[in-house]
Amino acid sequence: MKRALAALAAWVLLVSASSPPEVDDTLIMGDTLPSSLKAFNLLSGPFGRIPNAGVTPYSLNTPLFSDYAEKFRFLYLPKGKKIEWRDDDALDFPVGSVLVKSFGYPADMRKPDDQLRILETRLLVRREAGWVALPYVWNTDGTDAILKRAGMRVDVNWTHLDGKPRTISYAVPNVNQCKGCHDNGANGLGLIGPKARNINRDGQLQALYAGGKLDRLPADLPRLPVWNDPSTGSLESRARAYLDVNCAHCHNRSGPANTSGLWLDWEQQPGPNLGVGKRPTAAGRGSGDGEFAIEPGHPDRSIMIYRMQSLDPGIAMPELGRATVHQEGVALLNQWIAAMPMDAVRLK
Amino acid sequence: MKPIPFLIAASLLAIANPAFADTLRVEAGTDAQSRLQAALIDAKPGDTIEIGVGRFELTDGLSLDVDRVTVRGAGPGATILSFKAQKGAGEGLLVTADDVVLRGFAVEDSRGDGIKSKAANRIVYHDLRVEWTGGPKASNGAYGIYPVESTDVLIDKVTVRGASDAGIYVGQSKNIVVRNSIAMFNVAGIEIENCYGADVYQNVAMHNTGGILVFDLPDLPQKGGHTVRIFSNRTEKNDTPNFAPKGNIVAGVPNGTGVIIMANRNVEVFNNVIGENGSTNIFIVGYRNSFTDSGYNPLPSNISIRDNMHGRAGFAPGPQFEGGAEMVAAMGSVPPIVWDGTGANIRVTDKVPTLSLGLSDPKDRATSANPKIVDLGASPEPAALQAIVLPSSMEAAIR
Repeated sequence: MKRALAALAAWVLLVSASSPPEVDDTLIMGDTLPSSLKAFNLLSGPFGRIPNAGVTPYSLNTPLFSDYAEKFRFLYLPKGKKIEWRDDDALDFPVGSVLVKSFGYPADMRKPDDQLRILETRLLVRREAGWVALPYVWNTDGTDAILKRAGMRVDVNWTHLDGKPRTISYAVPNVNQCKGCHDNGANGLGLIGPKARNINRDGQLQALYAGGKLDRLPADLPRLPVWNDPSTGSLESRARAYLDVNCAHCHNRSGPANTSGLWLDWEQQPGPNLGVGKRPTAAGRGSGDGEFAIEPGHPDRSIMIYRMQSLDPGIAMPELGRATVHQEGVALLNQWIAAMPMDAVRLK
Repeated sequence: MKPIPFLIAASLLAIANPAFADTLRVEAGTDAQSRLQAALIDAKPGDTIEIGVGRFELTDGLSLDVDRVTVRGAGPGATILSFKAQKGAGEGLLVTADDVVLRGFAVEDSRGDGIKSKAANRIVYHDLRVEWTGGPKASNGAYGIYPVESTDVLIDKVTVRGASDAGIYVGQSKNIVVRNSIAMFNVAGIEIENCYGADVYQNVAMHNTGGILVFDLPDLPQKGGHTVRIFSNRTEKNDTPNFAPKGNIVAGVPNGTGVIIMANRNVEVFNNVIGENGSTNIFIVGYRNSFTDSGYNPLPSNISIRDNMHGRAGFAPGPQFEGGAEMVAAMGSVPPIVWDGTGANIRVTDKVPTLSLGLSDPKDRATSANPKIVDLGASPEPAALQAIVLPSSMEAAIR
C-alpha cells in the first residue's frame, strides 16, 4: 500500500509538471467510439481513480446493486452549461455531458478501501443525438481501459463481509444490455441514477446549484430514503426506494418490462400493478410455485422474492448484473412483504 | 415534370440498392459469444448477418437492436446456437428493432425464453427451431418464440419443442400470422395472448399439454384480446402432462386439450383436425381468477366453431379439469367441445356434442358446475373476420 501511494505521489508530481489534463470536449461531442478511455481525459491515475478538473464525484441515496461491486460515480459538464432540474425523472444533462461509473472489488469487503481492483468504467456520453453507452475494461496494470462494446466476463474473487471467500463470473455489459436498463422508452438511452431525489444527499444538489451547474433549486427538495438506513425512512418507503432503483428501470409503464404489467417505480400507486396480488404474465418458470408477485404476509410465497434469490438466468431478477444474490436487499423486501396486512388484497 | 437531379437520383438508388448493404459472416469456433454479439452490434440497417454451419457454444444471451437486419443461418439443422452454458440474460436471443428477419438457425437449451422480440414491428421468424433437448421439463425455459408488443408479426415454418410455458407465444401484439409451424412437447403449443388480430393456420400442435390457446389476462398494457382465426391446423394427441410452474396461467391447462379460448371476443375455429386429446378437443371459458382491473372483460363472446374434424376426445381428463372423472363415469368420456357457460354469442355447428358447465361466473368452475349437453347451433353467426394481411415486405423477405 505504501509503495502504491509513493508511486501515485510520483505520478501526480509528474503530471503537475506538465499542463493540467483537460477533458476532451471534441471527442465527447464527436461521433466516434474511442477505443481507449484515456483519450477522453476524464480520469487520471492508476485505474482512473482521480477525476480531472471539472469531473465531479457524486453518490446516491439508494444505489443499484451490482454484485457487491464498489462503485465510483462522476459527472462532467461542458463549461458554462447547466443541468436542468426535473422533479421526478432523471435530471436533464446538457449535450456534452458525461456520466462516469467505475466498478471494482476490494480483496476483502470488510476493508473496502484496501487493495481495490477496478474492473471497468462505463461512460454515458450525451451527444446531439442522445446518450451513448460506452463500456471500458481496464488492463491489468491500470494504465488504460479498452472499449468492449460486445461485453465480456471476468472472474472475480473477494472475501465477503462474513469473512467467507466469494467467486463470481462478473459480466461487463454489452452496449445492447446497457440499453436494456437505460431504455428511455423512446428507442433511446436515458439516465437512471441521477434523479433529484436520489442525488439529494450530502449537499450535492446545493453544491451543483452554487457552482452554477444546476439551473434551479426548488425550496422543497425530494429525497429518496437510503434503503439500508432506517433513520431515513419507514420500512415501506425504503423497500419502495429499493424497488425504484433496482427494478423500475425495466419495470415501469414504458420500460423493457412494461408488458409484464408489474410496475415498481416510486410513483406507482398501490394495486396489482405494484405486484400485490398480481399474477404472473410471462414469468414462465420464474414464478416458481408462487401465484403472486407479492403475497402479503408471505414473502416465502412471493414470486418477487423467489426471483431475487435465484441465480438461474431463466429465473433471476434483475436479469443483468446479478451473478450473486443481494442478501441484504432480499432481507429488506422480505421484511416489507411479511409486514403487509394479509387482507391487503382479495386474492382468491 | 422536372427532371430529377442526378445526385438525388443516385442517392435514391443507394437506398433501394442492396449492393450497399453489407454481409457480416460469423463462423463457429472459439469466442463465438463475443464475435456473434459484436456482429449484432456492428450491423448497420439493411445488413445481413450470416451465421455459419456448426454449433455455437454461447455463455450469455445475444441481442439485436438495429433495424432492417437479417440474421440468417445455414438451416435449423446446420446452424445451432447452444445456450447450455448460459450464465446470464432472460433469453437466448433478444430483438428490439423493427423490420428484422430471423431465418435458418436453431436456438437450443436457453435458460429462459428462446427468442424474444419486444416492440419489434414487422418481425419475421422463418425456418427456425427452438428446442430444449432434454425433452419436456419444468427446468426448461418458458417460451420458444416470443414476440411481444409488436405490430405485424410473421411466424412461418418454425419448430418449437419442450417449452415449459408456450412453444410459440405471441403477446400484446397486433396483426399476426402464425403458420406452417410445429409445436410439440410444450405445455402450450401455440398461444395468442392479449392480441388484436391473428391468423393461426396450417400448424401442427401435437404432444403438448394444450395445443392452441387464445387467452386474455387482466392488468396488462394491452388487453381485450379479439379477432383471432384458428383454421386448417392439426391439434392432436396433446398428451404431455402439464409441467408448468403453478402460478402461471398455463398451469391450469388440462392435460390433453386441443384448443382453448379464454376471455376473447371474435374468435373463429374452423377446418381444423382435432383429436386424441384426453380432456377435450375445444374448451371455451371465461377467466376464472379474481381481478380488480375495471377495464378487463373476463368473458368470451362472438365465438364461431365450425367445420372441424373431430377425433376421439375426453377419454382421460387431466386433474386440472374439475369434474372430469365424474363426467367419464357418467358419460363414458368428456364431450369433444366444452363451454363453461359464460359469455355471449357462442356458436358451435361442429357435428359433435357440446357440453355446457352451466356457469354464470367463470370463478365457480370448481363448485357450481351444472353440466349438460347443449346445442349452440342456433346462436347467430358472428360477422365473418377478415384475413390478416401483412406488409408485402414481410412476405417478400421469405420468398
